[in-house]
Amino acid sequence: MNPADILIDIFLLLLMAAVAIAIVRSHLMFAVVMLSGIFSLLAAVLYVHLTAVDVAFTEAAVGAGVSTLLFLATLALTHVNVEEKHKPVRVVPLVIVVATGAMLTWGTLDMPHYGDPEAPANKHVAPRYIQESPKETGLPNMVTSVLASYRGYDTLGEVVVIFTAGVGVLVILGRGRRRWRPGVKDEDGDNLEEERA
Amino acid sequence: MNRHSILRVVAKLMIPYILLFALYVQFHGDFGPGGGFQAGVIFAAAFILYALIFGIENGRKVLPARINRIVMAGGVLLYCLVGLAGMFLGSEFLDYNVLGPTPVAGQHYGILLVELGVGLTVSSTMIAIFYVFAGQDI
Repeated sequence: MNPADILIDIFLLLLMAAVAIAIVRSHLMFAVVMLSGIFSLLAAVLYVHLTAVDVAFTEAAVGAGVSTLLFLATLALTHVNVEEKHKPVRVVPLVIVVATGAMLTWGTLDMPHYGDPEAPANKHVAPRYIQESPKETGLPNMVTSVLASYRGYDTLGEVVVIFTAGVGVLVILGRGRRRWRPGVKDEDGDNLEEERA
Repeated sequence: MNRHSILRVVAKLMIPYILLFALYVQFHGDFGPGGGFQAGVIFAAAFILYALIFGIENGRKVLPARINRIVMAGGVLLYCLVGLAGMFLGSEFLDYNVLGPTPVAGQHYGILLVELGVGLTVSSTMIAIFYVFAGQDI
């Protein structure tokens, strides 16, 4: 990696840290939602810089896009603003967090360097995908061919997970209209009183 | 949101392009970055934007929650059916090679359909969650 790339990475990571601190310190929920969207957008830029374009795309669409929208919808529902006074800094949690972070950083020193061709992750099945996937699937985007074809089972599992999450929300929170009144029917024509029982 | 005319005009201008971009990401994901997951999320975002600005009731008229729930299950079903089609044509579950005249063509069909299934389920799940959140009258 050339020095300019490292500088860009450090700059982006510093910006992310600044946004994270702002999220922790802010008491205005609207500002927190907006800042978490900015955090995701910065992460997406970082992924683009690491040439993981598909991951960046997902982060921008999910993290900065839809989850911000869902947070906003939740805010509109709850109208909650946390109004807490500034508490004094608690020492023990701070020490634990700093120590854990230092240990994790220390652990990364043993990891192979970024983009190292000798890294185990780059020695296993990756060469085969790089050499054979354009011939076998005819797709220039290797990420798509791995996700949808070679790892089709995993992607099926992911889709089922998303479906399950949606079903879970529907089961727990109902189907969107919770005005249970006798004789009032919802859009499906079902009687809400019956559904409740 | 009736008084926010700037929001309404800008949203009206933007929503078709967001939807078009979602379709581009969906069907161009084989060649460029993107795929069903991202496309589904972008599609859902456009729809949620519409519902936020023009009202949930209008959103429900465009896409009734019942149809949305059917699409949600339909995406997963489409994915599974593509896998089963591979089995019925004499190969293994989720083997696309047998779906077309040549293995490469089969892979093409398989990946396109599977990504479509992912996109359908993801977008309708997001919309379903939004409907549920927005429909709570607490």
